[in-house]
Amino acid sequence: MTTLAAPSPVNYLNVKTTVASWLLTKDHKRIGLMYMIVVTFAFLFGAVFAALIRLELTTPGGDLVSSDTYNRLFTMHGVAMVFFVLIPAVPAILGNMILPLQLGAKDVAFPKINLLSWYIFVVGFLFTIYALVAGGVDTGWTFYPPYSTQGSPSHVAATGLGVFIAGFSSILTGLNFMVTIHRMRAPGLTWFRLPLFVWALYATSLVQILGTPVVAITVLMLFLERVAGLGIFNPALGGDPVLFQHLFWFYSHPAVYIMILPPMGAISEVIACFSRKQVFGYSFVAFSSLAIAVFGFLVWAHHLFVAGISPYSAMVFSFLTYAVAVPSAVKTFNWTATLYRGAIWWKAPMMWVLGFMGLFLVGGLTGLFTASLGVDVHIHDTYFVVAHFHYIMVGGAIMGYFAGLHYWWPKMTGRMYNDMLASLSALLVFVGFNLTFFPQFILGYLGMPRRYHMYPPEFQVLNVMSSAGAMVLGVGYSLTLIYLTYSFFKGAPAGANPWLATGLEWTTQSPPLPENFRETPVVTEGAYEYSKREIKVA
Amino acid sequence: MPDALVAHAADHGHAHAHHPAHQHHFETMEQQAEAATLGMWIFLVTEVMFFGGLFMAYMLYRVWYPEAWAEGSRELDIRLGGLNTVVLIASSLTMAFGVRSAQTGKRMATVNWLLLTMALGLTFLVVKFFEYKHKYDLGHIPGANFHFEGAHADQVQIFLSLYFCMTGLHALHMIIGFGLMSVITWMAWKGRFSPEWYTPVEMSGLYWHFVDIVWIFLFPLLYLVDRAGHYQ
Repeated sequence: MTTLAAPSPVNYLNVKTTVASWLLTKDHKRIGLMYMIVVTFAFLFGAVFAALIRLELTTPGGDLVSSDTYNRLFTMHGVAMVFFVLIPAVPAILGNMILPLQLGAKDVAFPKINLLSWYIFVVGFLFTIYALVAGGVDTGWTFYPPYSTQGSPSHVAATGLGVFIAGFSSILTGLNFMVTIHRMRAPGLTWFRLPLFVWALYATSLVQILGTPVVAITVLMLFLERVAGLGIFNPALGGDPVLFQHLFWFYSHPAVYIMILPPMGAISEVIACFSRKQVFGYSFVAFSSLAIAVFGFLVWAHHLFVAGISPYSAMVFSFLTYAVAVPSAVKTFNWTATLYRGAIWWKAPMMWVLGFMGLFLVGGLTGLFTASLGVDVHIHDTYFVVAHFHYIMVGGAIMGYFAGLHYWWPKMTGRMYNDMLASLSALLVFVGFNLTFFPQFILGYLGMPRRYHMYPPEFQVLNVMSSAGAMVLGVGYSLTLIYLTYSFFKGAPAGANPWLATGLEWTTQSPPLPENFRETPVVTEGAYEYSKREIKVA
Repeated sequence: MPDALVAHAADHGHAHAHHPAHQHHFETMEQQAEAATLGMWIFLVTEVMFFGGLFMAYMLYRVWYPEAWAEGSRELDIRLGGLNTVVLIASSLTMAFGVRSAQTGKRMATVNWLLLTMALGLTFLVVKFFEYKHKYDLGHIPGANFHFEGAHADQVQIFLSLYFCMTGLHALHMIIGFGLMSVITWMAWKGRFSPEWYTPVEMSGLYWHFVDIVWIFLFPLLYLVDRAGHYQ
């Protein structure tokens, strides 16, 4: 390993400090931070709605909000969390931050388009905020017609437009990353030397590029049908609302992989670093990302098992849904094998990873329950499904995001955070999460339907447990927000490579220079050559 | 060193001189051109998927309602549609000549071919406007005021909804293409392009050809359903 020259006092954070220098920046790292601010804001919004939902559900009666308000609460929670938190969280924040660094590049291929995609995202978010302030939307985040086109008195058009606009931000990010990965790799950085985070982002880009345009046009058709009275999904004219469901889920199921693949990539990085080992079965983990992206496009109709689709196509989709579990299992087994006989270093990023592994495992396995045709009829639209996808999206995607965030935080900010608080926060989130969502599996199995603000009194104990868990979860996330904010301003200097990690991002100073590297690095070895490094566990 | 490069090096305070269009984060001009080309092709893939949702809806309903599709299609003006098809194919040819002129460094030829392409694009849009206006006069705009005499009025409304979505989206792409072309024509006029660097012309060309190809699918799918024996 080469020794680093003395760090330059100029880095991407302090090179210019005017507001305009941020708003007009083309630096991928600054854009990543700007995404982080907006996404954190959206996360707070979504969290407030979630808190109100859980508060309402502590009692069987509908005593806190009306059913109409409740419909708006869960819809806005879903819209904010899916489109403005989960989808951009890892690709747009950590991907923007880290991808060019991992490739040894000065920036992404199209820096101006990168900035543009941030602005598009903000405009989309503002439309959604407008819809919220104007009274919200009550269709559920899936906007199913004919209710969304004809019945709903709420602000479907503004929200739909917000989602439509934000979609282009996601498309442009995917396009930018894919070109960057193809064309901006440093000399010697061959495909099989790429960090697995890069493979995961590549697979994600594939989904963003192929899927997002389809939901964009679908939401546009919905918008025109609602606003201009076109008749594409209108059953009164002979139109088919189920067509909307097909088109919507053609994107929105693969969108789950936009949410989960990049965190999986981050997990691979962290697990290798904190086990001081090669990732077991590197090429299998790399290709499993692509397999998930490709198979992910062939399973959408499992959301429509009770929508009246042909039983034969349902069988095929059920089978394919089982098949998509295989590459996810490949990853999970390989991560476990990486841990095996590794020199495990109990630092905060690793705690988030272990939390991820437990929660993702439960989320993934319950996905198989819902993929099974017979079982799905029983649990469809119950809390079982709610619990399942929260285990994937929060337990998987958000835990993975926090694992990556804690791992790369010293690189992004140049500062350390309090490791004990961070580990405590991971623990709180893990416990709080299970307390919130595990009871929901039982509730769903017992038949409690989702999206109602009242329920029979015999479900109260489990619901109170769930709401109590949500409080613990809230404390855990707030703690993260507090110590990371503190660290950003006052944290101890991190140095270039506090984790003694492999990867080009750790060969430059923290925070990195405006154009990342003093000179373009040359790569001579694979991504996780921890066996060649001195093991120094603090 | 060509003058443009020297001037650029001077006002940038650079130790090294490079082509004025060469962006700093690329090592070489070739890398930059490859990235732009790949990016454009990926963008076109997203466009295919974007239109794909509409084609999917079209396919489903055409299979379900073949009579309404034939009825609706016969309402469209095959002469104007045919004229526009010829106009667009011609504009693809002039665009290709424009790109070729830029590659070989012929400044005025590039400008002229691009202007001709823009004129053809504008012709298309004008014809399209009159087609839309005719539909409006007949009350064939889907929505509350939709009016259609025929056996399958409801399903014809679905057909016409898709017609307006598909051709409207296509026309929007034409307008964007027109905007792009205005910029690169101006750049060509200013002599920005050379055999070393003509990427924007080439990329706009790709985009323009894509928009043409969409029309090549739209024309038969919308105008030519069940025309045999019904030509009128």
